[in-house]
Order: sequence, then C-alpha cells, then structure tokens
Amino acid sequence: AEVEETLKRIQAHKGVIGTIVVNAEGIPIRTTLDNSTTVQYAGLLHQLTMKARSTVRDIDPQNDLTFLRIRSKKHEIMVAPDKEYLLIVIQNPCE
Amino acid sequence: MPPKVPFKRQQSQLPQTGPGIKPVQSRTIKSTSKKRDEDASTEVGEGADEWTTAKTLIKPPDQLELTEAELKEEFTRILTANNPHAPQNIVRYSFKERAYKPISYVDQLAIHFSLDGNLLLRDSDEGRRQGARVSLEAVLAPVESTVMEAEETEVKEEGSKEDIPTAAAEEAAEGEERPPQPLKEQKLTNQFNFSERASQTFTNPLRERACQMEPPPRATFSASANQWEIYDAYVEELQKLEKSKEKEKQKPLVAKKEDKPRGRKLTSLESQSDDVTKVTKAAKIVERMVNQNTFDDLAQDFKYFEDPSDEYRDQEGTLLPLWKFQYEKAKRLAVTAICWNPKYKDLFAVGHGSYDFMKQSRGMLLLYTMKNPSFPEYIFSTESGIMCLDIHNDHPYLVVVGFYDGNVAIYNLKKSHSQPSYKSCAKSGKHTDPVWQVKWQKDDLDNNLNFFSISSDGRIVSWTLVKNELVHSDVIKLSVDGTTKEGPEGLQLHTIGCGTSFDFHKKMDYLFLVGTEEGKIYKCSKSYSSQFLDTFDAHHMAVDAVSWNPYHMKIFISCSSDWTVKIWDHTIKTPMFIFDLNSAVGDVAWAPYSSTVFAAVTTDGKAHVFDLSINKYEAICNQPVVAKKKNKITHVQFNPIYPIIIIGDDRGHVTCLKLSPNLRKMPKEKKGQEIRKGPEVEITKLDNLLNLVREPANKPAK
Repeated sequence: AEVEETLKRIQAHKGVIGTIVVNAEGIPIRTTLDNSTTVQYAGLLHQLTMKARSTVRDIDPQNDLTFLRIRSKKHEIMVAPDKEYLLIVIQNPCE
Repeated sequence: MPPKVPFKRQQSQLPQTGPGIKPVQSRTIKSTSKKRDEDASTEVGEGADEWTTAKTLIKPPDQLELTEAELKEEFTRILTANNPHAPQNIVRYSFKERAYKPISYVDQLAIHFSLDGNLLLRDSDEGRRQGARVSLEAVLAPVESTVMEAEETEVKEEGSKEDIPTAAAEEAAEGEERPPQPLKEQKLTNQFNFSERASQTFTNPLRERACQMEPPPRATFSASANQWEIYDAYVEELQKLEKSKEKEKQKPLVAKKEDKPRGRKLTSLESQSDDVTKVTKAAKIVERMVNQNTFDDLAQDFKYFEDPSDEYRDQEGTLLPLWKFQYEKAKRLAVTAICWNPKYKDLFAVGHGSYDFMKQSRGMLLLYTMKNPSFPEYIFSTESGIMCLDIHNDHPYLVVVGFYDGNVAIYNLKKSHSQPSYKSCAKSGKHTDPVWQVKWQKDDLDNNLNFFSISSDGRIVSWTLVKNELVHSDVIKLSVDGTTKEGPEGLQLHTIGCGTSFDFHKKMDYLFLVGTEEGKIYKCSKSYSSQFLDTFDAHHMAVDAVSWNPYHMKIFISCSSDWTVKIWDHTIKTPMFIFDLNSAVGDVAWAPYSSTVFAAVTTDGKAHVFDLSINKYEAICNQPVVAKKKNKITHVQFNPIYPIIIIGDDRGHVTCLKLSPNLRKMPKEKKGQEIRKGPEVEITKLDNLLNLVREPANKPAK
C-alpha cells in the first residue's frame, strides 16, 4: 500500500508523463500510459538498462547499476532497476 | 533284444556277402541244407578255385622241419590239478595266536581265457523276463493308437512266430504277478522301418509397422559469460558455502543442488504475480528524483546561489527561501519542535501540536528530507499534541518526544509501525503538565539510554531506558525553590515553578540551565536536587528557550515572550546583551559555524539574524519569511553543515532558507596572515566582544 501511494504521488507530480513497472522479462506489469507506448518504452528501456548494467558490471564486477537517467530534449526518463523490476518514470522537467 | 530275430535276418542275408551271387539267390532260399553239395559239385564255374585252395595246408614260415622219427616220438605228460605257479608259502598274521601262520589252502584255479556269452537259457529267470516283455508288447500294441502301422505288423509277425507260445506259457506261469510296468517303458524306435515325418507350416508374410512420435521440443540456448556473471556465480557459491557451514557441516552437496532450481522456480512464480511491493525502494528514489527535477531551481539555489547584492549592502544580509515543507494532514497543526538529524544532514524531524491551549487536539511527528520536500519520509500520528522532540546523537533513529498530556515517548524510525516503541504512562511518573523540552543525554554508567524532560508541573525528570522500560527519577522539583523565592514577594500564584526550557552545558555534564514560565533562569546541577546554583531574573515573561553557546563555555542565550533576547555570562548575574525584537520571541538558536551568530524568530513572522562581531546592536538581517502576516513563527534551527535554517510556523509549514554570504561572513583575511579557524578563534572573537561590553557596563556601576 505504501508503494501504491508513492507511485500515486509520483504520478501526481508536476510534469510526470507516465510511470511503468516492468518485470525481469521486460513485460510491463503496471502502467499509466497507453498500451503501445508502454510496450515500446518497456521493451527498449529494458534492453538499454540490461546493457548499461552489463557495462557497469563488466568494468567492475563488484559494482552495480543503481540508476539510469536519460535526459532528452523533451523529457527525462528515469529508470530505477530493482532486483526483479524496473521502475520507469517519464517526466517533462521543463513544464 | 531277442537274439533270434537278427539271427534269422542274418541267414537270409548271408549269401549276399559273396560276389556275383544275385542270380542264384532264389535257389539258396529254397533249400539251405543242400547248399554245400550243390555248391561243391554243380557250380564249379565260378566258385571252384576258392574251395580247392582252402583245402591246402598253410604252414607258418617258422615251423620247425621235423623228421618222421621226431614226429613219431612220444612225450608223456601228466596233468595234475595243482597249479605250478601258485605260491606255496603264503603266511598271514593271526591275531588269535599272535603269530604269522602259513596258509594251508591255496587256490589252484588258473583262468586262461574267459568270455561272457549273450545267450540266455529259456527257462532261466532272465530268459523268462525277456520273454514276458516281448509278449506284453505284442498284447498292448493294438491299444496304442499312436504306434505306427508298420511297427505293429512287425511285432505281430514276430510274436506269432516265436513269442506267442512262450508268452502264453509265461502268462500262465506268472499270472498277474507283474503290474503294467512295461507300459511306462519307452518304446524303442524301429531302426529298420523308420520314417521321419515333418511338416512345414505356412510362413506368415512379414509386415512392417511403424509410428512416428512428436519430436521433443527443441530450443536453442546461447549465452556469453561475462566477467561479472562469473563473479556473481562465485559469490553465490561462497554465500552458499558459508550458509551450509553455518547450518550443518554434514549437509550433503546434493541437497544444495536441489535447492537451486527450487529457488528459481519460486522467483519465477513470484515474478508472475502482480506484486509491486518490491519496487518500494526504487519508487522512493524515483520520487526524490522527480522532486529534484521539479524543484531543480531550488536545488541549484541551495547549492550555488550566493546573493550578489550582498557586496553592495555592506553588512546586511538576506534569507533566500528554498523549499517549503508541508503535509496535508498536519496543515492545521502548529510546528512545536524542529530538530535536525545528527547523522543525515538533510533529514529533520518536525513535531506538530498546538500552542493554543484552548484548542488542543492530535499531534504529529514528521520527518522530512530536503531531497523530497513534497512528502515526509516518516509519519507518526499521535493522540496528543507534540510539544518537543530530540534525536539521539549516537542513535539517529531514536526520536524522543514530549506530549502536551505530559507523556514522553521514544519513536524508533527503524520500526515500521506507527506506535512509539516506548512510552511513559500514568504509573511510571509521567508529567502532569505539558512537557516543554526533552533532551537526550550521554548513556549512563550502565550504558543505558537516558534523556531529560521538563514540564510546567515543575519537575525535571531523568528517564532511563532499562530493558525496554522507561524508568524515571526526578532530578529537581522547581516548586520547592519557587515558593521560597517567591514567598517574600507574597505572590501565592507562583507556588510551583513551571519549567519551560532547559539546556545542558556542553562540557560540564552536571550543569544545566532551566528557564521557567515566570521568566527566571536557574543554574542547576544534577548533584543537588534541592538547591539551585544560581538564579537569574532574566525575563518578565516565560522563557521560551535557553541555549549555551557552542564555542564559548560561559555564554548562553535566552529568549522570551517579553520581546527580548538576552545573552548571558553564567558567572555574571546581569545580561551581557539585550535585544528587543518588538514581538514575542518564539525561539533562538546559535549558529554552528560562528560563536557570534544567532537567529531568532518572532511571532510577527520575522526572522532575525545577528552577528555580534558585525553589529552589536541590531540584527544584520530582519526579514519576514512567511506568506501571511498572521502566521506566527514558532521555531528555528540551523543546519549543522549547510548554510541554511529551517523555521516552523503555527500553520504547520516548515520553510528552508538559505543564509546569504553576509550572514556567514568570516573575519576578513589580512595580507600575509593565514586565516585561523577553530574553536579557539571563535572563543577569542566572542571574548573580545564581551570585554568591550563589560568595561562600559562595569564603569558606570562603579
């Protein structure tokens, strides 16, 4: 319930476009966006996160990826990789 | 076998042995007796030579040639029954006589040749038995249907010729003596008229039959092992080894291998369920990041903004408002206490209650972090309003809280439930009036956590946490001294002293100051519970806060609702400095970075920042910091490291403000002189100021 509330607050925050929770296989299990966008974001960001994690860990196996922020012209995409899930939040910071 | 049957056959076959006899065969069968004569006389043509040569004598080649006389010579031989070769002198040991005795009888029989015949006497036992067997076969033959016809006829023939008469005689003689033994005896095959029969069964044609299975599912698996995957595997293995060592040393390796897939299965099952509780941590981080993006300008200001106009203002400074912290459920509740966390410099605790004693309701303990201004990090609801709180220095997760109803409680941030971990109760010596201040103390001699509390019921209580229980002991009762002090003036109203604030000396553990509602400040010691070391007639109204200077050990500050802030030397009964702020002062706090800087907040919504080294008479910053004039500011605290203060108002808002450079100005560098830092510098700085104050103060007195 605590998580639900946190997710709600995030979604209610200014400039937040959407939140997606993705499981280990890259399948979205919770989203506030429409279907096709969700699938696209989930698939692509899952791959990117795996690659980023692999990069970090290849450099130092004791290290690990904790966070991924992608700043684009329009948005900021924030990816928080947990043990099994990915939490993706898309925000428009300039709003 | 009966010998006669083969004999008969031999007779008929005999003539065949001679060569070229075939034409004569018929004749020989007719008469056997005449055979010799005819052969010798009539059939000369073919067999004459044989017969003549057979008559001539054949001498052995080594035969002695003897004369007539020698041949006619007679040799007389007498044959006796004695065997010349038999031994005559055989002796045998006789046990009877205990001596060897010659044997008188010697066997004289010598066998030169012996041959066993196979002819049987017809009347002998053996002959009869044989005869009976043959006759039985003859009788039983027609009964056995399986016996072949050829054999049957033969047996009959034989039986009719020779055996039947004897068999009949035997049967008569022996009668029913023999049980049907012969039945069991196997019938011998006829060697002469024997035919083997065989048949071949129809061979079944070969048929091919086959079926095809569905092919087992196939999947291509490919992976590349990274360095970190290998590392992970090793770490996992090591952890397992450690675990198994811890659990039981005898645990077999096989069991571990079984555990592995099971665990995987579970996780895969779990991942299928729509359980988002696992992203709790991630969600928290993301929330902070979203906030960071939203309040990016504030974060930038917090970190980098230094008011450039300060350079032109010479001495005055400003406060730059940064984040505003508020929580929906604490909107109507005044901020009654704020305290920075000693370990996490971005975290602070806020106590909500009410200073309006006609409208007391619930309270709330909130912990905010500057990283997430939009929502508190921890939320605890309380039934009674919170009046004060303090966070433990060594255990930054322990928050002690004093309530309006006189209770004290300890909240543990590590525990998720919303109830306090420890709470006083009516039995265990709770205060009877609001608790105005609580403060953690150093652990006592038994390493138990302990804290002090002060209340307007006049007691100062030391609370010790012994084995999950709050144990209280009164340190001082203000009432005793209050009556004695007030007695002479005849004011019966003040029979008990109402403590409102206290502060312990930074170095001397036993020494502490108590501010009271009557405006007096007492210097007390833990060791004397009935007496005060000193009394200051400090204010005309309640002392809202007393605080020792963090650098200078003799100096403390006090503020009161009588609009004044006073600075004292605890050895001198009169104040060193007096500042009138034109409004009730809610709180005062020393800055952690300088001995001469302090901040005070007044109920008219203003914050005042003083730097005595710059201006001894006026605040260098005097700024309204709340949106509405009505909002009273209740408390102020400096952050231990960042140049920011937090102020709380009676509407439940907490505002974070940044001190402009002028407000934290350090002594100017002189050329060729190193900047000196440290507590000594701060002490001398304040001492210099105090000396300035003391001399003019003392002179007019003289």
